Amino acid sequence: MNQQIDKAIEFSQVSYYDGSLQILKNITGFFRKGKITTLVGPSGAGKTTLFRLCNGLISPTQGNITVNAKDINQYDPTELRRNVGLALQSATMLSGTVYDNLKLPRTLAGEMLTEEEAEILLTKVGLDKDMLKRKVTDLSGGQRQKVSIARTLVNRPEILLLDEITSSLDRVSRDDIEKLIERINKEFGVTIIWITHNLNQAIQIGDDTWVMMKGELVEYGPSSLLLEPKDQRVKQFVEGEIK
Amino acid sequence: MSFLTLSLALVFVLIPLFLSKTLKLGLEKDTIIATIRSIIQLLAVGYVLTFVFAADHFIYILLMIILMITAATHNARKKGATIRGITWKLVITFVFVEALTQGILIGFKITPAEAQYIIPISGMVIGNSMVLSILFLNRFTAEIESRRDETELILSLGGTPKQAIHYSLITAIKASLIPIVESQKTIGLVQLPGMMSGQIIAGADPIQAVQFQLLILFLLLTTAAVTSIMLGFLSYPTLFNTRMQLLK
Repeated sequence: MNQQIDKAIEFSQVSYYDGSLQILKNITGFFRKGKITTLVGPSGAGKTTLFRLCNGLISPTQGNITVNAKDINQYDPTELRRNVGLALQSATMLSGTVYDNLKLPRTLAGEMLTEEEAEILLTKVGLDKDMLKRKVTDLSGGQRQKVSIARTLVNRPEILLLDEITSSLDRVSRDDIEKLIERINKEFGVTIIWITHNLNQAIQIGDDTWVMMKGELVEYGPSSLLLEPKDQRVKQFVEGEIK
Repeated sequence: MSFLTLSLALVFVLIPLFLSKTLKLGLEKDTIIATIRSIIQLLAVGYVLTFVFAADHFIYILLMIILMITAATHNARKKGATIRGITWKLVITFVFVEALTQGILIGFKITPAEAQYIIPISGMVIGNSMVLSILFLNRFTAEIESRRDETELILSLGGTPKQAIHYSLITAIKASLIPIVESQKTIGLVQLPGMMSGQIIAGADPIQAVQFQLLILFLLLTTAAVTSIMLGFLSYPTLFNTRMQLLK
């Protein structure tokens, strides 16, 4: 049955060690192409490490990863990273203005991003276009997060990895970003993988959900699994007994 | 100057020893070791140079330069321990800088191809190159650590290792060059360079001493720039693997 499903990213017995410490344990599973998959689990479950593997910033110690049915090692790393966009919770900014940061992906590829294009991107993520020339040091946490998302979108990735991008946003901003991501998914068919600590968000936004704990993929399936988990540990996590 | 006169100069060692003991600075042992080492090392170099100048054979000049490069490499490599293959990168840099500067000096007949000129100038060039390498490596390794997130951000957006490390590399090169550029701005105003002072004390014409000092200053400026840039461009690729991932 699995063979008929279009898979954006597939993991086959993937393990990752940081020195002697095992971060990911034998992960096997896939993210469906064109869908939104939410990734939940307690801190230290290995979720961000999984994203770094998908973006090619690190390689698995054991096992294989395929992106669009092609072995990840067969890709040119720069091509892979433009195709599999990554927006991290830390929302690292380079010193300079918002515009400097937005045009960065194009500059790296030897191309230009016009001010008009940058302004459109800003409005898309719910920021005022007048912010373009503002220094990133003057931005709030939420604004930085939105600029980080906009910057990732500049590459027009086919797969978008979002790590806790709404955790520092207020409710209105969070709703805006959720709508934007859903629109990107529906209109452009971009596959979204979204790490969140907000279980309601995981259920509402996600088509599928992965639950990870201590480096293992404990349970996965339609996001409704969080309403009636089969695994005892997941049940405890959903009920807030495991943080 | 006789050895008896020189021994009187040890008074200048007794003063810091006395101060260290009185103020309990705990520097007595290091001061004594440094004094003994400098006496032995410099006297040994003096005798070796006397022999090399008298022998006037190319092989001895070469051996002296190899010795200088080996010592400079040994000293500088500790600062770049986190960079793979740093020993050979330093050796290549020192050899290149030495060959370039001596090539220009001898090639353009600025200085004669004699041991009396080659060895002291090599000492200054390699010594300066070593200090620059240490300054560069110190700053570069610190930059890599502090800018790790930025480096990975650029990689994650599809940048190449060269693009990702660009800012750290430029910052480290600039920082290592600042001391020499700044010291050249005030030279002669704040302090007289050691070599020029030595020549004047030894009875040389001050103008001739200045001319030679200027030559050395310009030489050291080239040495500094070439050392930092070459070491930087030799070092950064080893921070990444073939998958363009930043190594720990």
